[in-house]
Amino acid sequence: MHVPDGFLDAPTSIATGVIAAGAVAVSLRKARGELDDRTAPLAGLVAAFIFATQMLNFPVAGGTSGHLMGGALAAVLVGPWTGVLATAVVLVVQCLLFADGGVSALGTNIILMSVVTVGVGWLAFRGVQALLPKRVSMVPVAAGIGAFLSVPVAALVFVGLYAIGGTADLSLGKLAAAMVGVHLLIGVGEGIITFLAVGSVVAARPDLVYGARRVLAARTLEVRTAGASA
Amino acid sequence: MSAARHRVSTRVVAISVLVVALILAGVVSFYAASTPDGLTKVSEDEGFAHTETEHDAAEGPFAGYGTSFIDNDRLSGGVAGVVGVVAVLAVFGGLTLLLRRRGTPGDRSQEDSSVERETDSAAS
Repeated sequence: MHVPDGFLDAPTSIATGVIAAGAVAVSLRKARGELDDRTAPLAGLVAAFIFATQMLNFPVAGGTSGHLMGGALAAVLVGPWTGVLATAVVLVVQCLLFADGGVSALGTNIILMSVVTVGVGWLAFRGVQALLPKRVSMVPVAAGIGAFLSVPVAALVFVGLYAIGGTADLSLGKLAAAMVGVHLLIGVGEGIITFLAVGSVVAARPDLVYGARRVLAARTLEVRTAGASA
Repeated sequence: MSAARHRVSTRVVAISVLVVALILAGVVSFYAASTPDGLTKVSEDEGFAHTETEHDAAEGPFAGYGTSFIDNDRLSGGVAGVVGVVAVLAVFGGLTLLLRRRGTPGDRSQEDSSVERETDSAAS
């Protein structure tokens, strides 16, 4: 979904740049609370993994392809604030080194593929986690569902930005239908990849997964309570 | 849980993630779909693809996930992928290290409670 230069007009691009900079600044402050002995060593690697996975476009219907955005994946593995920073760094490197995503659209791309996918992915993950049984095995499932939802929402936010500052005169209804339609399919891929990636780390070391902490803490408490009453 | 008894070390997890990332970016990326992505396709179908303007970094050595001075397609893309993985790891690994160092050095219990607060505020 990398937006190139020229799709959005200058005022909109400047506004998204300012908002994205603000979001990154807040995340820089908040991420400190997430980076501890367990998440810090893995955070850089999670960002590198997301970069690698974004190179792997998978085909979806009708001569179209999509790739992982990784917002939900990053949020569940290393925490939402660190996740915003991780995906933002990926987007900056893609823009400057690989000419992927316009320089003037960098703020737009950080909003769509970092702030929105992390925010929606994380909140949906927490919501689903609250509904599912409190088991570690449910963490990858909740992550996959959060990841799936984050992609069409990011597509809708793009349509919203296009409504504000798109450079072509389009039917917004048609644009929304086309964007959400194809990104629902891409979201399925996002959900599957996120499920598999989170599932792999959860299987090896659930304690390293930020989104599994509450479940693990609850489990430890239960074991302790059971031990005390016995 | 029996898995907890055979704990995989953090180092093994870290090296595994790095190796997988390098293989995906360096080798598997050659087999990725080359059809336009969702937004590009929609911009073609809805007739606004022409509004795209040239990228300022289009002349860079790795522009378009290739290496300009390598002719072999497989190698060109693979080298670009490895460069990207290393660049992202260096930038974000360095940033997290800095953030971690600048954080208040405290005992583990304090840090854990601050993590919980962050989680609460993020979830609400």
